[in-house]
Amino acid sequence: METFLGLDYNVWWFLVFGGVISGYAILDGFDLGAGALHLLLKKEQSRRIAMNAIGPVWDGNEVWLVIGGGALFAGFPVAYAAIFSAFYVPFMIFMVGLIFRAVAIEFRSKEPMLWWRKTWDVVYNIACIVIALSLGLMLGNVAYGLPLNEQKEFAGNWMSFFHPFPIMVSITTLALFLMHGAIYLTMKTENRLYTKMHLLANNFTVFFVLSFVITTLYTLLYVPHLCDQFRQSPGLFLLPVLMILAIANIPRQIKKGMYRYAFISSAVTIALLLIMVAVEIFPYLLYASNNINNSITIHNAAASAKTMKILLIIALIGTPLVAMYTAFVFWTFKGKVKLDEMSY
Amino acid sequence: MDVEVLSRIQFAFTVAFHYIYPPLSIGLGLLLVIMEGMYLKTGRKIYEDATRFWIKIFALIFGIGVATGIIMEFEFGTNWATYSKYVGDIFGSALAAEGIFAFALESGFLGILIFGWNRVSSRVHFFSTIMVFLGSLFSAIWIVVANSWQQTPAGYHIVGEGMNARAEITDFWAMVFNPSSVDRLTHVWIGAFLSGAFLVLSVNAYYILRKRHLEIARPSFKLALIVATACSLLQLVAGHHSADGVAKNQPAKLAAIEGHYDTLAMADMFLLGYVNNKTQEVSGLKIPGGLSFLIHGNFNDPVKGLKAFPEDERPKQINAIFQFYHIMVACGMAMIALTVFAVWQWRRNRLFETKWLLWLFVFAVLLPQVANQAGWFAAEMGRQPWVVYGLLKTSDALSKTVTANQVLFSLIMFTIVYLLLLVLFLYLLNRKIKHGPVSDHAKEELEEGSKRNNPIMQQ
Repeated sequence: METFLGLDYNVWWFLVFGGVISGYAILDGFDLGAGALHLLLKKEQSRRIAMNAIGPVWDGNEVWLVIGGGALFAGFPVAYAAIFSAFYVPFMIFMVGLIFRAVAIEFRSKEPMLWWRKTWDVVYNIACIVIALSLGLMLGNVAYGLPLNEQKEFAGNWMSFFHPFPIMVSITTLALFLMHGAIYLTMKTENRLYTKMHLLANNFTVFFVLSFVITTLYTLLYVPHLCDQFRQSPGLFLLPVLMILAIANIPRQIKKGMYRYAFISSAVTIALLLIMVAVEIFPYLLYASNNINNSITIHNAAASAKTMKILLIIALIGTPLVAMYTAFVFWTFKGKVKLDEMSY
Repeated sequence: MDVEVLSRIQFAFTVAFHYIYPPLSIGLGLLLVIMEGMYLKTGRKIYEDATRFWIKIFALIFGIGVATGIIMEFEFGTNWATYSKYVGDIFGSALAAEGIFAFALESGFLGILIFGWNRVSSRVHFFSTIMVFLGSLFSAIWIVVANSWQQTPAGYHIVGEGMNARAEITDFWAMVFNPSSVDRLTHVWIGAFLSGAFLVLSVNAYYILRKRHLEIARPSFKLALIVATACSLLQLVAGHHSADGVAKNQPAKLAAIEGHYDTLAMADMFLLGYVNNKTQEVSGLKIPGGLSFLIHGNFNDPVKGLKAFPEDERPKQINAIFQFYHIMVACGMAMIALTVFAVWQWRRNRLFETKWLLWLFVFAVLLPQVANQAGWFAAEMGRQPWVVYGLLKTSDALSKTVTANQVLFSLIMFTIVYLLLLVLFLYLLNRKIKHGPVSDHAKEELEEGSKRNNPIMQQ
């Protein structure tokens, strides 16, 4: 096994993949959250501002999903093959959600008719909710495990997806994105809309904390394989403590009007949540709920050492570049939304 | 229908629909770089208006391209799991490189391209336009590399046996520069430039015929005509190279393209015709010995025919492959004739007086689209029954856990969604074209809105 700085390539690629998925959840998370609360905004002007708040960046954010898909395909092809063929139907629904989200943003502003805009508002809102829920459902199932046969292929049926645990993760994901999106919008809005977003951000934080606590309790009681790492190494207890501090910081910063810090806190919350999931499932990529020996791990699912090395070089060159121009784009559009003739 | 047929139909349908858009983005990207460059150089407002107008159309095209493109990346996993395991080591790295080097660049700067006009300096905006264009070019590189590896695998070795066999990379650069990559990439790039140029030609020809926006339409038409003429002629060279490569590396595909069965005979080249799969004969208009000449430089030398390959190692739908290939060539020739004639008219100062020529250009927007689609169908059907040429059969590449009903469900869903998208796309494109490159667009819309007593616009 070839190593780099003491960790073998597979572990490095697991970290890269985790990083990309966290990046996706943090970045597209606020787009999806802003979309999922869209219909709560009543005025045309508010809806336009909310849409233009994500207008210049949502496309770049969605790229992280594409990179994540490529990263899984290239580094762990066996896991890529098993996961996406298993989640055939939920994944197709997720995809149609993404398609409708993209075109709703694009089409809405192209016609002035009231019925046209209202229709796309509804499509947009539903699409974002469907995306968040199906994403959460798939993540929940990956964490919980699925029945796999000896060839590491899915051996269940569609009913396998609807355990209570994945459903709770699904709702928690929606709540998390709603909170994250509302906080993002407080950064981008002014006056009455800002006051409304402020209120929504607080409410969604409560919603998220409640669903998170319930999911955690359920995990502790009924999903032992997702707690054993924490039981074995008490040092890891630092992670949930940090997360609680990050969550607690959100309403505090909102109250002070420091929405940028509130946004950073909710981004940290998302990252910590995914780190905790990663710690628990490592070294599994997909846990076999019927027979642990059929599980897909970062070793038996991996590409060759040569490919791993190439991928790490690609990531080393690519990541700083992407970080650089992502920062540049966000910096260009910083501050409150101002509508002009190129806006949606 | 079984899972294989349904999955193939679904893949063909989703990728063919997707492929309407990326070539337009690449081609329009080139035109945007030229137009905005002209604006920066001359400072003339007509170029600014033209750039802004095409950016809006670019945004619409790019939006649908992205929406329909993401599904492609995951469809390998959902429908072709065995294939994904087999080629992940190689194919996956190309896709990962595409995501991080190309798509991220394109989508990142897209925000500035569309919304940044009033936020950054004109130089930074021009830089963003170039980055978006480069991103789309890079995207094409990695996707064509991945596909070309399926056509002419190189830089790999096979590990494991039977169900566990898979290709592993041995030489990254040999994989990237596999025997068909460069030829096919140039062919694809030029095809994309043609798509963009013919769209610009079509819209501006329409304006000139309708005597609208003449001060913008005429110079735009001329710019696009230069690009289109150069590219149609270059495509002849690139296409010829590509065909040479097929002759060398995929003889069964070449034989299918010309419906050539008999190995011992000299091979003809057809202008048009029909392949009878039963009698194994082609009837049509031909250059006797043309294919022999193309390959050997001699009209009488024999060319390896379909019969030289076992029945289960040659494509089945010979007539379809034959037709797709010849449709592509015919479209290419039509583009050359049209653009060269237009340039000649231009030199005689009669370009904008020849009404029927302008009308031809209005509809010629379909030529590169049809050529791109037909070319890909010929290339991909000609590769059958292999998904990776000579290594893995398409029928062995499926997801074993996915059922026919699931694929039928998603196929129906995609058909409905994509038809809806196509209708909306054409409707909105048409609206934008009718509206035209007017700079005070927003203001005008606002006035229009209040005139109609539209509550939206009064808020």
